[in-house]
Amino acid sequence: MRNDWRARNHPAYWAFLVHRVSGALLTAFLPLHFWVLGQALQGEAGLESFLRWTDQPLVKAGETVLVLLLSAHLAGGVRLLMLEFLAWREWQKGLAAAAGALTLAAALAFVLNVL
Amino acid sequence: MTTLRVKVWRGAENGRFQEFEVPRLESQTVLDVVTHIQRSLDPTLSYRFACRVGMCGSCAMTVNGRARWTCRTHVANVAADNSLEIAPLANLPVVKDLVADMTLFFDKWAKARGKFHPTKTRRDGFARVAPDSAERLLVDAAIECIGCSVCYSSCDVVAWNPDYLGPAALNRAWTLHNDVRDGARRERLAAVAGDAGCHACHTHMSCSERCPKQLAPTASIAGLKRATAAAALKGEL
Repeated sequence: MRNDWRARNHPAYWAFLVHRVSGALLTAFLPLHFWVLGQALQGEAGLESFLRWTDQPLVKAGETVLVLLLSAHLAGGVRLLMLEFLAWREWQKGLAAAAGALTLAAALAFVLNVL
Repeated sequence: MTTLRVKVWRGAENGRFQEFEVPRLESQTVLDVVTHIQRSLDPTLSYRFACRVGMCGSCAMTVNGRARWTCRTHVANVAADNSLEIAPLANLPVVKDLVADMTLFFDKWAKARGKFHPTKTRRDGFARVAPDSAERLLVDAAIECIGCSVCYSSCDVVAWNPDYLGPAALNRAWTLHNDVRDGARRERLAAVAGDAGCHACHTHMSCSERCPKQLAPTASIAGLKRATAAAALKGEL
């Protein structure tokens, strides 16, 4: 017999999923990131025109998602390190909630800075 | 009288759910429901239980998708719409109906060196372990395991890696690692440090979430991760 979603539906499993999915999406983004950095090798103008293209609202929305993914992965990683290297705490769900709050705060700060 | 609609797994691995109607009673447990079915509706139903009071760990089943000890699970807490789905524990072979084969589960306790290795003989005096010593407190937090396999059945890593020792065996290894009387700590750390040991844990915490004794095998596994890492740094592994 195998488990379905009912066995996995609890906060720590959701925290695991967020960490794993954000990590996979960031890995998928990484080649694009390096490609953009690589534009600098072709000269200042090429990179500059690309960076101006990123000022479009839709790209900024995409960047917000990127910041959300980065902060989710960072906060989730810190949570895991605390869980595995520091003394055990009974409020593990509180830690997961704090990681979630930190994630949303970082993304919100980015959006407010853009607007 | 209100009736419960109960779907019960019948057969082995390739079985199916069979529906029963069971009278809803006050303070009824899921084990009461299964017992009613076997004694009054279908005597061929196979299931396992012994103590009925949450001590022996033999009556664990999957109830509405979650592994639970059925003797201490009240119907009122799990069947909001008067329906139950009862299946054998996941991640273990099915013998018949609600009976899972626990062989592999307990074999893994042995693989994790879950046996106490004494350092003294019966001719020595009693070992003195201070109840408030750091090691004893760590043991206390993890020692009440009843071997029900709810954690093992809830663990995704067990499903992904059939060799993974699982939360219960690693929790047992952690209690012995902190037993100051034990003489096989290094061998035990070596036994739990491999690919199928503590470092395979993905920290889903399903074990800690579902443990009916409210233990935290995740904490024990994290302790083993630290202990094995420290031993490796010292060149002891």
